[in-house]
This record gives sequence, C-alpha cells and structure tokens, in this order.
Amino acid sequence: MSSAQQQKRIRVLVAKPGLDGHDRGAKVIARALRDAGMEVIYTGIRQTPEAIVSVAVQEDVDVVALSILSGAHLELFPIIMEGLKEAGMSDTLVIAGGIIPEDDVPMVKQMGVAEVFGPGTFTADIIDCIRKRLGS
Amino acid sequence: MSKNKQEWQETTLGPALKQHSERKGRFATTSGIEIQPVYTPEDLPGFDHVLQLGYPGEYPYTRGVQPNMYRGRVWTVRQYAGFGGAEDTNQRFKKLLAEGQTGLSIAFHLPTQIGYDSDHPLARGEVGKAGVAIDSLRDLEILFQDIPLDKVTTSMTINATAPILLAMYIALGKKEGVEQSKLAGTVQNDTLKDYIARGTYIFPPRPSLRLTADIIAYCASNVPRWNSISISGYHIREAGSTAVQEVAFTLANGIAYVEAALNAGLEVDSFAPRLSFFFNSHINFLEEIAKFRAARRLWAKIMKQRFGARDPRSMMLRFHTQTAGVSLMAQQPMNNIMRATVESLAAVLGGTQSLHTDSYDEAYATPSEEAATLAVRTQQLIAFESGVADVVDPLGGSYYIECLTDRIEGEAQKYIEQIDSLGGAVSGIEQGFQQAEIQDASYRYQKMIEQKEQVIVGVNEFVSDYAKITNMLKFNPEVEGRQKERLAEVRQQRDSGLVQRRLQRLEQVARSSENTIPALIDCAEAYATVGEMSDTLREVFGTQKEFLTI
Repeated sequence: MSSAQQQKRIRVLVAKPGLDGHDRGAKVIARALRDAGMEVIYTGIRQTPEAIVSVAVQEDVDVVALSILSGAHLELFPIIMEGLKEAGMSDTLVIAGGIIPEDDVPMVKQMGVAEVFGPGTFTADIIDCIRKRLGS
Repeated sequence: MSKNKQEWQETTLGPALKQHSERKGRFATTSGIEIQPVYTPEDLPGFDHVLQLGYPGEYPYTRGVQPNMYRGRVWTVRQYAGFGGAEDTNQRFKKLLAEGQTGLSIAFHLPTQIGYDSDHPLARGEVGKAGVAIDSLRDLEILFQDIPLDKVTTSMTINATAPILLAMYIALGKKEGVEQSKLAGTVQNDTLKDYIARGTYIFPPRPSLRLTADIIAYCASNVPRWNSISISGYHIREAGSTAVQEVAFTLANGIAYVEAALNAGLEVDSFAPRLSFFFNSHINFLEEIAKFRAARRLWAKIMKQRFGARDPRSMMLRFHTQTAGVSLMAQQPMNNIMRATVESLAAVLGGTQSLHTDSYDEAYATPSEEAATLAVRTQQLIAFESGVADVVDPLGGSYYIECLTDRIEGEAQKYIEQIDSLGGAVSGIEQGFQQAEIQDASYRYQKMIEQKEQVIVGVNEFVSDYAKITNMLKFNPEVEGRQKERLAEVRQQRDSGLVQRRLQRLEQVARSSENTIPALIDCAEAYATVGEMSDTLREVFGTQKEFLTI
C-alpha cells in the first residue's frame, strides 16, 4: 500500500464510556470496521469522557464510536462532545450504540451525535453510515 | 421398510433430496456441531442409560439433581431487579413477591459493583441506573424494609465487592435479629468470569481468588444455607461465546475455585455442596437443553474423578438460568416475549433450579413493572399450564438430545484440557485465551446474521414497521442527589473513629492470610461505605487493568 492510500484510511476510535463491561458489541464493531479497511483504535472498557477525548485528540481520529449500556449516556456524552469541541475536533463524526431508550435518541442527537445504533444493527449499516458521512 | 439408517438414506431420503433440496447446505448448532436429518439408535452405539444418564438425583445427574424434579416443587422464579434508590427497589421487590415470585435477586448499580461510592467522580451518571445504589448498611436496611430475611432467599449479583455486600447482609441480619445460620441466598462471587466477560473486576485475579476463597470458607462454617459462589457462564455467553465454550470456560473457572479452596486448607466435601452455577438460555432450543445436561454430567465427573469428592451433593451441578439478553432485539420488540418463552422452556427442560425470564423491553431500558410481570407470568404458564413440569427430563433418551449431550460434553472436555495445558483458567485469562476464543465466536455469529445464515425474525427476515414501546420505565433524575444526601448523612452520623479503627483492622487482615469476612462485617456494622472498604482492599491488593485482546 502506498503512503497516499494509507492516508486515506478512515481512523476510528471505538470507545466505551461508563462503568459497564458489556463489550461484545464494541469488539464486534471494532473488528468489522477493521475488516472494512478502517484503522481502529479500541479504548477498552470503563473509560472516562476525558480519557476518550484525549485519545481521540492524540490519535487524530475521523470518527468516535461510543458504546454504552450502563444508562449513563445523557450524563457522559455531553462531556465528550464538549471536550471534542474544546480540542478543536467538533468536525469529528460521533456515533453511538448500546442500550439507549428511543425517547433519549433526540436528546443524544441534539448533543451532536450523528447516529444512534441499537441492538440488532448490522455492522454493514454502520460502515455505510461512516463512509457516507465522511464522503468516501 | 428400511432396515438401517444407511438403507433409509439410500432408498428414501436420497431420492427425496433429488426432487427438493434442503433449506441449507449444512445444518449446524450455534457451536458449529453438524446436525444430521434424523437420529436413531445407530448414532448412540453402546449407549447405556444407567451409566451415561443415571436415574434422576443420582450420579452423574444427567437427568437432574432431584429425584422427582418439579413434581415436588417447581423451580424458583427469581427475577433480577434493581434500580434507583433502595426505596424504589424495595417497592419492586414487594410487588414481585406479591405476584408469586419466590426468591429475590438484587441488581446493584455499577459503582457498588466496582467499589465506588455514589459521590465518586466515576459514579457520575451511573447512580441507580443499571441497578440499585447501595453505599452503606443504611441503604440495605431500606432495601429490605418489611421483607423478613428469614423468609426469603436473596441472590446478589455481586463479584469484586461480594465480600463487602455479604458482610453487609450478615450485619443487617444481626441488626434485625436473624442469625447468620438462618440466612439463605447466593452471592455471585465469580470474579474470574469478569475478566473473561462482564468486566466488573477491581483487583488482579490472584487476590480476587483469595477473596472468593474467603467467602467459600466463611460460609462453609458460618452460613450453611448460603451459596457461596455462583459460577457463571451467563456473561461468557452474552459476550458471544458458543454453548460449548460457555460450558467449558465456566467449568474451568469452577475447577480454579475448587483448587483455591483446597489450597486454603478446606476439605472438598466441606464446601463443594454450596457451589452453584449460573447459565444462559439462548435461542437454539435443543442445543441449550443438551448443554444443561452435558454441564451437569461433566461437573459430576470432575468433582468425583478429579477432586475425589465423596458427598453426592458435591457432585451436583445446581444452577440458575437467565434467558439470553443478547437475543433480545430492538426491532419488533414484542417478539422478545416469544424468544424469552422458548428460552425459558429450554431451561426448564434442561432442569434448572431457578429462572429469570427477560422482559421484552430490555433492548431499550430497565424493565417496566408491566414487562417484568409478564416475564413472571411466562414462567408460571410453563410451570402450571403446559404440563412440562410433571415429568423428569422428558427429552432424556431422545436419540438427538443424547447425541448432542455427548458431543457438547466431549467438546467442552477438550477445551478444559487445553486450558489445563495453559496452566489453568487464571493463566488462560492472563494470556487472553478465553477472551480471544469468545471474540472469534461472537464475530462469526454476527456475520452469520448479516449473511442471513442465521435468521433473526424482524431483523434480517420478516422485517416490517413496528409499534414503539410506550410505557417504559422512566428514570427518576432525583435519585443521584437523594443518594448523595443520604451518604453524607451516614458519614456525619456514624462514629468516624470507630470506622477508621475497623478499616485499619481490615487492612491488617487483608495483608495477612486471615479470613477477611469477619473484619468486613465489623466495618459494615460501623457504617463504613462500600467505597471505603474497597479502597482499603485496593491499597493492599492493587487494581487490575483490562486484559485487552482484540
């Protein structure tokens, strides 16, 4: 692969904020995105919003994919979105998945999360969403 | 008329297949075990039902641990519940008991599970969410208000902080005049599976094993009606394992716990009767039934042959089952009621001792009262209307079920040997072996769904618009503030000098080889908090980073 091609690879941070350890979904998605040719950084479980922002900055990612099943999304997502903004990364595509009640989805989108994917989502749909939104 | 299977294949099946091909090129269980069109006695050469199955209540317990199973008493309906503050969950418990539930099962919020108080920075947004917030004995007092501790059995899904919560429960009993010898229930106390799946560990595996053994030893001599551990395959399966992996990795952890207790100087039959298990019931109905039977037989053999147990109760694999949360779908959510019914039925036909049926709204949120009641009704319908509880192991002797039982046992046995060769379950975890095997299986299953090799109704086939769930449980935003206030009040009202002395004593005990439970009971009685006791143990044992394999 030439360096020009390498530069085009989409960089994704798959991150798990909150204290829950349910990482099946995050790991399946990390692997599917990698198989789709993206570069994937996975944080592991129980990451603070601050730690997630800091990895996103360090790794200069194009996408932050948040997986949370603990129910703390309404409290933790705003801190992450604010942190990205402060770090000058408000253009970063942020998507989310996990156990998120439908009633909360509009609020989550209001925060700037582009898309919310619940249980039963196909990895192919997430890959499509990322490619479309990044225009690649 | 064909005289044997081969003749039937040639004369009857073959021509039929030439006319109409089958739905799939290859039929297989979720563990990848190939399924033939039909099973006959020829698939069970040398089958001896006395040796391989035994009679119910007799070694190797393939048919069940009790002689008459549900004809005496049906399984315990045990719905896992917990949300908000202690008063909210207390109300749900009383409602479930009034609906005919026979045992309690506490879901703790994540900060309690990971040893943080509700006012810890890492607890933000988590207070009272995935379970009930318990910071001190004060919360437990409220949780059990008007619930007599000597009349209920209480299961606690608690692992890293299991010694703390058990100590608190014993302290609560003392306060209410119920001796610890009369307390009955279970602590999950299975930290090894938390490194493999679930993720709510605090300390490194080896000190965790010591704490597990402390509970096993303490209960063996002081709390005889308490199940000191619930060795859990549930979360391993939820993380995406196959049925075979679920059995293998769970029993391999079980072996590690038995070894830890033996190393602590206990005699096998003094504690093994109080070991209990917890399995998942997934959607592949017949494979699940065979899985439960295989697990029971394999554990009986391990206890007898590997550990030389003599007490039959040491060989009995008693287990709780929960239907597969991971099988619940957000699309067409009412379908989840049928999924949970099929899975509950598999657990019953597999001989479970207690059962939690998932609620249809769990792909979205913590169950509403209506959804939780429907789940209890599902079990009651299976227990009292369907007739399946009237006979022991009704599928025993089915050529297919027996073949599958043998096969799952054999494959699980191979995995256990492989783990033994890595140095046992703990070494396997440290090397990421179990985690990597599960991730591969999980990814394979997801691909099968996306390629429609595995149909999920309403998701990849039979897709249609669906009604949204309307009456979901709403989270009360006041919980966090209320909980923090109560915690501050407890800290203010208690004798802080006493708390400090007892925490110091706990630290000394933790540094020695003495059992930690009595010192923890002293701390709990002085209203030391979960966070304070956990921090004391963190000082001594250190903390564990994730064994990251991806």
